[in-house]
Amino acid sequence: MSAVTAATSSSASAAGKSALARLGAALVSRLVIIIPYLWLLFFFLVPFIIVFKISLSQTAIAMPPYTPVLDFRDGVSGVVAWFGALNFDNYIWLTQDALYFNAYVTSVIVAAISTVLTLVIGYPIAYGMARAPATIRPTLLMLVILPFWTSFLIRVYAWIGILKPEGLLNELLLATGIISHRLIILNTYTAIFIGIVYSYLPFMVLPLYSALEKMDNSLIEAAKDLGCPPTSAFWKITFPLSLPGVIAGCLLVFIPAVGEFVIPDLLGGSQTLMIGRTLWSEFFGNRDWPVSSAVAVILLLLLIVPIMLFQRAQARAQEQDL
Amino acid sequence: MTRKALWLSATSAFLAVFTLGAHAEDRVVNVFNWSDYIDSSIIDDFTKETGIKVVYDTYDSNEILETKLLAGGSGYDVVVPTASPFLARQIQAGVYQKLDKSKLPNLSNMWNVVMERVAKFDPGNEYSVNYMWGTTGIGYNTEKVKEALGVDKIDSWDAVLKPENIAKLANCGVYFLDSPTDIFPTVLNYLGLKPDSTSPDDLAKATELMLSIRPSIRKFHSSEYINALANGDICVAVGFSGDLFQARDRAAEAKKGVDIAYTIPKEGAEMWFDEMAIPADAPHVAEAHEFLNYMMRPEVIAKSTNFVFYANGNKASQPLVSKEILDDPGIYPDDSTLAKLFTVGPYDPKTQRLVTRSWTKVITGQ
Repeated sequence: MSAVTAATSSSASAAGKSALARLGAALVSRLVIIIPYLWLLFFFLVPFIIVFKISLSQTAIAMPPYTPVLDFRDGVSGVVAWFGALNFDNYIWLTQDALYFNAYVTSVIVAAISTVLTLVIGYPIAYGMARAPATIRPTLLMLVILPFWTSFLIRVYAWIGILKPEGLLNELLLATGIISHRLIILNTYTAIFIGIVYSYLPFMVLPLYSALEKMDNSLIEAAKDLGCPPTSAFWKITFPLSLPGVIAGCLLVFIPAVGEFVIPDLLGGSQTLMIGRTLWSEFFGNRDWPVSSAVAVILLLLLIVPIMLFQRAQARAQEQDL
Repeated sequence: MTRKALWLSATSAFLAVFTLGAHAEDRVVNVFNWSDYIDSSIIDDFTKETGIKVVYDTYDSNEILETKLLAGGSGYDVVVPTASPFLARQIQAGVYQKLDKSKLPNLSNMWNVVMERVAKFDPGNEYSVNYMWGTTGIGYNTEKVKEALGVDKIDSWDAVLKPENIAKLANCGVYFLDSPTDIFPTVLNYLGLKPDSTSPDDLAKATELMLSIRPSIRKFHSSEYINALANGDICVAVGFSGDLFQARDRAAEAKKGVDIAYTIPKEGAEMWFDEMAIPADAPHVAEAHEFLNYMMRPEVIAKSTNFVFYANGNKASQPLVSKEILDDPGIYPDDSTLAKLFTVGPYDPKTQRLVTRSWTKVITGQ
């Protein structure tokens, strides 16, 4: 009798323990999930809400330069009045001047062309790296990452020295007799493309490399055995298998390139109308924080589509790996 | 008992040293000034004399400064905005604190001509003291301009504001300031209109003129032209007087045969004043006043002028300014030129939007 009770009580306590352990494990995994959510909350959602709120305000000659500013001293009526003073006028304003639409379109086109150029240049580099002997691959990877050791800003400034009319490139081409007149490259769209492609190339090469490196080479051998010519083997096997890398690389280049400000400002001419520049002149030139916030909110909405595509592609790639 | 007394005196001595140390470390002044705008030995001398550490930071546009100030909590103790429209508007927004003139005995050195002109923007000179002032004119490479236009010197805005003239200069390169508040008043004045006009019709005329010469302008930028002109990358820049004198100086130092000249065109030019002021939320107000007072010493500000080639608003410093600078009509203009220099007040928000929008149209063509 006593043995039986002892047995039942011990099994009950074991069940309790395992329930507790399960609860603990669940808590830990919750905690692990909570950290990225907290990150998103504080570094994305809260700033976004602030920017969104400012976009519903009006400019004022004050500190900060917009009204209304939330003031809790008036209690509930103050908060109600604050809500009442917010409106969507700034968004309506954006539709009334073609400038903003044109700036968005130009930015997207510049980013798209740059992305294609980066892909065309980055793919052979990544392919070569993935096919290189395993012993020198780490060195090649290092070479791709090496430019990051110098400040981005200094590297863009260096391009001014190379591209300007009296710069290295022109001197070299003149000395070798390839051209007879100095080329005007600096302060044109060409210079912007050069700058963006140069700066973002590692972001294209790295995901492409990781996709190509994983590829099973026996698939190509099998295709060859079955009489498939190398070019169609590339398009039928290599390229489709590297597609997750292509998508990741393109989005990593396209998304930051749309909002790029530094490269167009330093290398581009004054006539380049990109959204980063438009934001700058609204914010600094007009001191119109509300309108520039509205421009920023629209830019974000514009970018959310490719970001979501990117996440879906990544999720799919992960499923494939599993 | 004695042991306790010893212990006490030791701790108090330690505390005294500690607080003194902390106090000395606290003596800091955070200065935010234009780039290339001071002889850095002045900063070292100030620290040597007063023990106040200077944290010196620079900007190249009023807009950057203004945005930091309007956001609040910039942490700067001394800033150097241009009187109009920036300082005037910022005073209105409540950005600055009134100066404690009892702590600024060197105010007696200042030049009444400059103070009176600034009073239009800072009534009673309550919020600011002048650092430097200058004009917005034309800097050019004498040799290349002679080649292109066939003249020895430029003396009129015709050279850059007439399409047929500037077209001849386009190949050797023309830069304009990227600043609607400097260029539009200049163009309005050239057209015989009021430089501070806010009428949309007048601004449309100025925009039209700018669009007609736009194809010949290589770039709009507010600081790159110093080096570009000095290196010979461009041949003409419409910019701030002192910057263009610095370009002249750098070109002379480089000895590459580039000769730069500056002109205040005969039609007149915009006159501007860079004013030292203390933000309302400055953390080191006492040190800021000490810094301002130090900068108003004749020998200090003369040293700065000799370095940056801008005229200062300090009358007592003039005997100490190098003769080459004091006698240069491009820096210290004679009375008849001075009479032709104009100033422009701040725009209301609606006009400001129109001005910025017109400017975007000029520089992007849209």
